[in-house]
Amino acid sequence: MDLNVLIVDDSSAIRKILVRVLSQTDLPIKQIHEASDGSEALKIVEANDVSLILSDINMPNVDGLELLTQLRNTPKWKDLSVVMITTEGSQAKVMEAVQLGAKGYVRKPFTPEQIKEKVLACLKAA
Amino acid sequence: MDQQIIVATVSKAARDVFSTMLGLEIEVGESFIEKTSPPESQKVVALIGLAGQWIGTGVIGCSPEFACRIASTMLMAEYEAVNEDVLDAMAEMANMIFGNVKTELEESLGGLGLSIPTVIFGRNFATRSVGQQAWTVFPLKAGNDEMELKFCLMPNRDLQLHSRPGRAHSPMVVENVEA
Repeated sequence: MDLNVLIVDDSSAIRKILVRVLSQTDLPIKQIHEASDGSEALKIVEANDVSLILSDINMPNVDGLELLTQLRNTPKWKDLSVVMITTEGSQAKVMEAVQLGAKGYVRKPFTPEQIKEKVLACLKAA
Repeated sequence: MDQQIIVATVSKAARDVFSTMLGLEIEVGESFIEKTSPPESQKVVALIGLAGQWIGTGVIGCSPEFACRIASTMLMAEYEAVNEDVLDAMAEMANMIFGNVKTELEESLGGLGLSIPTVIFGRNFATRSVGQQAWTVFPLKAGNDEMELKFCLMPNRDLQLHSRPGRAHSPMVVENVEA
């Protein structure tokens, strides 16, 4: 299955790094979309058949946890695979993301290997 | 807040971020307390605020040349002049360093919120933090390049009775900026 991936981060630097990391994997990636916050992400999810989301938490407008909440509250997106990639490493935030259905959690700073490992694990579990 | 804990936490976060994201091993020089910031000649500065039961600001600053080298390494592209990508790379460095500091300090200080980072590039400007005079300054060296990290943290007397952190704001003033 070809993957439509969505990267959500208000930092264009992080989006560029993640695009590069994903492009270097053997994953069958069809397209990589980018959004700078949760609001933009929801529009992209609505208009595209997104199969995997990599999202930051701390973003302006709609943040990553709110994005997760809105996805889980929408039946057609409730099983969408979401991996959080964020500096928010507190136990409370991790628990909140997991309870909202995040399939993985990577703390910044990250290595390309950590991203690949988490994405692969997430796709296998899906 | 124990000064030794702050020094150890900020130093470790800086080392981890430089090492993991840039593959650079940095030397963290001896930290010192600074009461007032001297004007910057020409620098790229990224600052980020923390708020909760405690409030504070973290700042990273370096020459435009080093900022370009950081962005070039982080994004695997050549940057010879400061542009949006360079500013964004600096913002993300500040976000990661002080985001990790926040996570470590939360264990003893309770929940803290982190602001969206702000980046400034200019000549002859000074930064100061409203209501706070003392900064812990960390000089960093990566080869021939130098960076300065500054961090200040104080109890939030207005919110001592509230436990839920909000989105932080940097109580920062920038004066006399020339682009």
